[in-house]
Amino acid sequence: MLGTYTTFPELLILVPMLAGVICFFLGKNNAAKNVALFASIVTLCISLASLCYADDKFAKYNTVSYIWLKYIGSTYLVGLDATGRMLTLLTAIGFPLIFVATYKNDYKNSASFYGLMLLTQAGLMGVFCAMDALVFYFYWELALIPVYFLSSKWGGEKRIQATFKFFVYTFAGSLLMLVGIIYVYLHTPGRVFEDGTTTAHSFSINAFYQAKLAVSEQAWVFWLFFLAFAIKMPIFPFHTWQPDAYDQSPTPVTMVLSGIMVKMGLFGVMRWLIPIFPDATKQYAHLVMVLSIIGIIYASCIAIKQDNLKKLVAYSSIAHIGLMCAAIFAMNAVSVQGVLLQMFNHGINIIGLWIVVDQLEKKTGVKEISRLGGVAHKAPVLTILLVIIALANIALPLTNAFVGEFMMFAGVWQYNHWYAAIAGISIILAAVYTLNMIQKVFYGETNTLTASIRDIALHEKVILAVIVVCIFMMGVYPQPMIDLTKNAVTILLRVGQ
Amino acid sequence: MNAIIFSAIWGVFMMFAGAFIQSKTLPKYLAIIGAALLFVLNGIELYYGTPIFNINGMNMLSIKSMNLTFLEVIFGATLLFFLLSGRDVERVGEHVSEYFALIFFVLCGVTLSSTYNTLLLLFLGIEIMSIPLYVLTGADKRNLKSNEASLKYFLMGAFSTGILLMGIAFIYGGNSNASFYIDQLQLGSGKMPLMITVGLVFLIIALSFKVSAAPFHFWTPDVYDGAPTVFTSFMSTIVKAAGFFAFIRLFKNSFGPVQLQWQNLIVFITIATMLIGNVTAVFQQSVKRMLAYSSIAQAGFMLLALFALNQTADDGIILYSAAYSLATIGIFAILIKMNDYTIEGFNGLAKQQPLLALVATICLLSLTGIPLTAGFASKFYMLTAAVENGHKFWIVIAAVIFAAISAYYYFRVIQAIYFKEPSSAEPVIDADRVSGSFKILLVITAVLILILGIYPEILIGWAHH
Repeated sequence: MLGTYTTFPELLILVPMLAGVICFFLGKNNAAKNVALFASIVTLCISLASLCYADDKFAKYNTVSYIWLKYIGSTYLVGLDATGRMLTLLTAIGFPLIFVATYKNDYKNSASFYGLMLLTQAGLMGVFCAMDALVFYFYWELALIPVYFLSSKWGGEKRIQATFKFFVYTFAGSLLMLVGIIYVYLHTPGRVFEDGTTTAHSFSINAFYQAKLAVSEQAWVFWLFFLAFAIKMPIFPFHTWQPDAYDQSPTPVTMVLSGIMVKMGLFGVMRWLIPIFPDATKQYAHLVMVLSIIGIIYASCIAIKQDNLKKLVAYSSIAHIGLMCAAIFAMNAVSVQGVLLQMFNHGINIIGLWIVVDQLEKKTGVKEISRLGGVAHKAPVLTILLVIIALANIALPLTNAFVGEFMMFAGVWQYNHWYAAIAGISIILAAVYTLNMIQKVFYGETNTLTASIRDIALHEKVILAVIVVCIFMMGVYPQPMIDLTKNAVTILLRVGQ
Repeated sequence: MNAIIFSAIWGVFMMFAGAFIQSKTLPKYLAIIGAALLFVLNGIELYYGTPIFNINGMNMLSIKSMNLTFLEVIFGATLLFFLLSGRDVERVGEHVSEYFALIFFVLCGVTLSSTYNTLLLLFLGIEIMSIPLYVLTGADKRNLKSNEASLKYFLMGAFSTGILLMGIAFIYGGNSNASFYIDQLQLGSGKMPLMITVGLVFLIIALSFKVSAAPFHFWTPDVYDGAPTVFTSFMSTIVKAAGFFAFIRLFKNSFGPVQLQWQNLIVFITIATMLIGNVTAVFQQSVKRMLAYSSIAQAGFMLLALFALNQTADDGIILYSAAYSLATIGIFAILIKMNDYTIEGFNGLAKQQPLLALVATICLLSLTGIPLTAGFASKFYMLTAAVENGHKFWIVIAAVIFAAISAYYYFRVIQAIYFKEPSSAEPVIDADRVSGSFKILLVITAVLILILGIYPEILIGWAHH
């Protein structure tokens, strides 16, 4: 059946999409929740299965194309390559984790809530699978719209403003990218369709890689794409939407945003920016890296001063993403491999962190660090699991993030010693704010708010334990992930030369 | 040319019907039948290429698949408009069948102005299109605002008609062929003679007025706000699209070769239109007025086709007309039913009328230009056309920045619909005004928007037929 009727990328997109649509029609009880959980687990199974068919000889399972808009030369072309496979796997793991971790949360109109969540997943899958620029743009926006509705409907007090700011930022970025796509498209070679139609230009990714752009053109079209990706990641100075959006969104959405959606920006740079604009990339690498490093230090410093737990995690995320962005632009084998690893690991870790933050907020009703304290006495299991995840977040050896961060620093060091040295300060700063947070929230005296809390329930323990196992497994034995993605590194570096 | 004859006949028929029919609901059904027949007859001509009435005397009409496809869009949109808002036309006043008759006359004018091959027919078409609109604007006879709008529209319209005629005279006198045919004006490739330049500027001014492009847009907000809302819906979509189609055909066929000499003027008008439309729309509290300004803003986007003047722009203008008409007719059909036209009036619509809320949202998303909706496809074509033109790339960047601004005011309505609580206990819509068939039609509108968004070539394929 596979290969003839359907393929992995189609399934990865369609299963959540159809399940999402079904969810909208389910009533007020828990049906939608269960359907969503089930669909996300099915998606995970498909994603795991696709790992077994990664070899080139299974190409027909991994890529598919239908004629879509033949006058302008766009096909519905989706496929899985190494990077795509890794990120779809992250998406596929992320959603069931999120659904289980927040299983006890009750949302008004749960049918719409879970429907929109699944549509977001479908959009993300589409972004990571798209091999045609127009399809990519479609999914890029489609991942955004459900998130907008989710956050504005089920978020915190200031949700409407915060979410709208987020929406306008990313929408403006995407429109600029659209102009960039059109510009590159008009410089691509034509193509001949299966049925004999010819078009002057084409949207397929290969045509984009062959586009003939002069160095002077690359120099400014580069920015049209880069702005969209920079806003999505976000890197300094385009990050201002992020802390508010993370703070105000409902926790499952925050997890999606910070764990998976920010990877869209990094992924975009890898697939749609560097290979299309190799000259501009070299030209602007220093500038982008400097911006990223400013962002790393700036976000870390703010995180130290932060009293709001959610914003602390948000700023720490900005710092991590900044490092990944800098490492991509260092453009050497070690750094790019590190980024690919870290994209996956950061997703897992930050979802874990948000689960803990969500637990704390639900149990005490506050998110200010200064008002919490002594949680460890009351909830030892939660504390142990959190400490492990937090240590992974600051990239302690033996944890998954260590491998990735080490490689990224090594790569940046190869590119420019100073950049690596300055960015390295962030390791210390990360330790400061993370340990400070652990100390203030989990140790010390219990107060009235924290005196009555109970430890986490079984399913939450299981989920956090799964994350912790992942952290150690990937930290001790990252080789399978490196094998999965090393292909992508060579391709990227070859095209980008 | 089936449509010209048939729309005129049906208009006359509707007028006489008004004298003999006592029933207040019958005219609506007659009008629906008329629009459906127009749609079918024009479709037959498009499909088989042979008209029932052959009236193309002296080759004064250009009957190509592109023109017919555009007309098909117009008639389809009119049919949808009748179906969705026919009942609200009945509420405007006493003379129901006259209103419908006037709309058929407008359609006759639209047909002429979309297929003209000579400047004379362009003038005739635009006039036949405009005069019934002056009457329709003032249809709410006892409402001062409606009267004022009508008078204002008429005076300004008459003035611009004069300028149009003057421009035509200059062009006629200035071209060495002494011809009215738009494809036979001999302008050479060098610098235009002074008379032609003056005529061209006059034509740009007059037609900019008709499509409410800045700085000739001042009548638009007042007229759209003052006219009965049903007719605003009709005017701001179908008639405006027709104006654009006429505008672009004239400049492509007559002045295309010397485009570089007048392109700067169009660039100025485009940017000014986008700026004024978008920025002013942001500050509106009334949705009706917001939509009036948004129609100016959308006109700015359509002007990109005039800036680009290539094949993609031709496809784009047809698509844009369809997308914009569908979405605007949809949102207006819902707005008419609302008890309160301010943005706060939409608060809590999602709770009381989930289906209407969903359709309104799809329409607004389409106007914003979000993928999967027709609005995106049309904006995409316009941007592609403008980039393809190869000159003044910055205008495209400006256009997308304004598109991002437009998200602000469209999304304010979406926010009110979904995320705000109703401000009073009163229902936002009286349930008895929302019938089952109305809901079905709204769903059809939404589905059409999505189909055109996912597969726009369904329409473009016909234009290339």
